[in-house]
Amino acid sequence: MVGLALTQVLNGFQFGVFLFLLSAGLTLVLGIMNFVNLAHGAFYMLGAYFATTMYERTGSLLFAVFSAVPLTLAAAMLIERLVLSRLYRRDHLDQVLATYGLILFLNELARIVWGQAPLFVGVPDALSGTVNLFGAEYPAYRFLIIGVGLLVALGLYFAIQKTRVGMLIRAGASDAPMVSALGVNIVRINALVFGMGAALAGLAGVMAGPILSVQPGMGDSILILALVVLVTGGIASIRGAFYGALIVGVVDTLGRAYLPGLFHLVFSRQVAQAAGPAVASMLIYLLMAVVLAVRPQGLFPVKHG
Amino acid sequence: MLRRMGTRLATTFATALIAAAASSAMAQTPVKIGFLATLSGSFGTIGQDQYDAFTLAIEQRGGKLGGVPVEVIKEDDQAKPERAVQLAQKLVESDKASIVTGITASSVLIAIAKPVTDKQVFLLSTNSGPSQLAGASCSPYLHVVSWQGDFISEVVGKYATDQGLKKMVLIAPNYSAGKDVLAGFKRYYKGEVLEEFYTPVSQLDFSAEISQIAARKPDAVFAFLPGALAINFTRQYSQAGLLKTTPMLTSGMIEATNLPGLKDTALGLLGGAFWGPDFDNPQNKQFVQAFEKKYGRIPSTYAAQAYDGALLIDSALTKVKGNVADKPAFMAAMRSADFKSVRGKFRFNRNNFPIEDMHMFQVVKDPIGRYTVKTVATPLKDHEDVYHTQCGMK
Repeated sequence: MVGLALTQVLNGFQFGVFLFLLSAGLTLVLGIMNFVNLAHGAFYMLGAYFATTMYERTGSLLFAVFSAVPLTLAAAMLIERLVLSRLYRRDHLDQVLATYGLILFLNELARIVWGQAPLFVGVPDALSGTVNLFGAEYPAYRFLIIGVGLLVALGLYFAIQKTRVGMLIRAGASDAPMVSALGVNIVRINALVFGMGAALAGLAGVMAGPILSVQPGMGDSILILALVVLVTGGIASIRGAFYGALIVGVVDTLGRAYLPGLFHLVFSRQVAQAAGPAVASMLIYLLMAVVLAVRPQGLFPVKHG
Repeated sequence: MLRRMGTRLATTFATALIAAAASSAMAQTPVKIGFLATLSGSFGTIGQDQYDAFTLAIEQRGGKLGGVPVEVIKEDDQAKPERAVQLAQKLVESDKASIVTGITASSVLIAIAKPVTDKQVFLLSTNSGPSQLAGASCSPYLHVVSWQGDFISEVVGKYATDQGLKKMVLIAPNYSAGKDVLAGFKRYYKGEVLEEFYTPVSQLDFSAEISQIAARKPDAVFAFLPGALAINFTRQYSQAGLLKTTPMLTSGMIEATNLPGLKDTALGLLGGAFWGPDFDNPQNKQFVQAFEKKYGRIPSTYAAQAYDGALLIDSALTKVKGNVADKPAFMAAMRSADFKSVRGKFRFNRNNFPIEDMHMFQVVKDPIGRYTVKTVATPLKDHEDVYHTQCGMK
């Protein structure tokens, strides 16, 4: 029982860390550049496809990871230069419409290049096994996701809080015209933020390959979860994205694991069977609604001043 | 004399002209078949397999079915019922299709069944066979050439019972087909069901359910997670080390459309279906060979169903000599199902759903290293659905 509870918490933690990789970039772009980028999920898809192709060609996971992330970054920068940079000064509705169009375009492009059928992504033997954890088996690959996610979180924290560029990013978020007046190239800062976000989405895609189906449109459903994380954690804050993602991951996983059982204790079998899974799947959205009602700025908003 | 010869010549000439005009008129008005299927999105691979196999049968007959030319009008419903209803109306009213076929999603078939059959247009499903249309709402204009929706899990339930599996955990998406499939399984499974999981259709990560399966230690798991869900669940199940300890029995998961995305992970998985590419009958051998030659891949069950659909139309058109306008005759010709199915024997029940054998398959590697399925058992023979008794037709 303890083993099971522990693995369920770990499952939630791992899912949360994974969501963090995806929402970190989204929150930076939205918070700092005031730009709604729905195509973020498409970068995640591209990352997964690049890694799959590279892994297939070279047989080296390490090479796949280290080539797929820069490739995603390059693709994202190209799209930023060609399309998105023209939208920065437009209102949010234009941005939503244009980036939604990009989703459709990139999904179709993936279908043309890689085909409709899901692709196979293997895991090296060392990572395909399980680790014994107090009597419960836990997949080794999921430990890798947790490790990578925590490393990225730590790196981001350091980069934004402790470096000069990070300071400029934070300053740009508070008052872009003033930073610009001080002679800082805010356009370049924005491009950096955008590129970093896209690279993180690509990394999330690379990590997702072996556990989720790599196919056109894979970024669409995960984008919704990333938006939930954003609203829950608070926009523009890496800290918010991190804690928000962990909360969403753990609440979702534990809800699915234990809520149907609890319903069986309280309600009749029929009610429990219908309502248990339904409520469990709504849980994170309910959480988001409560957060919006009580703390519209999110649980961990950026501290100004 | 000369005048008589002139008359005769004129008559001959006229007859020839009429004959030529008649045959060209026949060539100009082919039988129109509307092919409505899901060709994009996560079920897009299914619709594409259906379409490829259907057109293969027509191509093998030189653009004809039943000896008459046919024109196929293809439409993509994107698995959206409201869009499908509009497209079905377009096919029936402006394209004047005599037959509407294809059909991937059950929600689509349920939505378009009445609008199409009310117009007395023939509707032939080559995939979905929902329970809602098999009972009291059956129609003489609706035929399902694949299987009734419960078949694919009833056969697995029977197999699990036959194998002496005592405790099982079941998992399916939380929508109507998911519940139907688990109900079908439980109808034939005599052991104990430890747990039933209904997961959201959009769920990507199954770690919470997989951890519970590992903790409950069932004899086996029964899963119905179609499309991309199959890949996600199977990979995660395998990474948790469960494939080695807890066999996985499936419906609608070990399809030829999924296997290349799973490779070794899928080896050994069991699944219930009506047909497999290894079936040893001349029709099937010819079909599998022709499909592989043209498309370079092993046909899925969806392809086999659609091919059978084309063969069924072929046989019915032959019987009425291409005259679909004679509706009672065409209806009788469809019902008689006088064609050689790739699955072997085939006949329609009173509700125009099939009576057929249901088999169990296992994923294996074929001699040239491709992933495919082989038949391991036939738990249900001449299987009928439970709903046909409520159908008013004879």
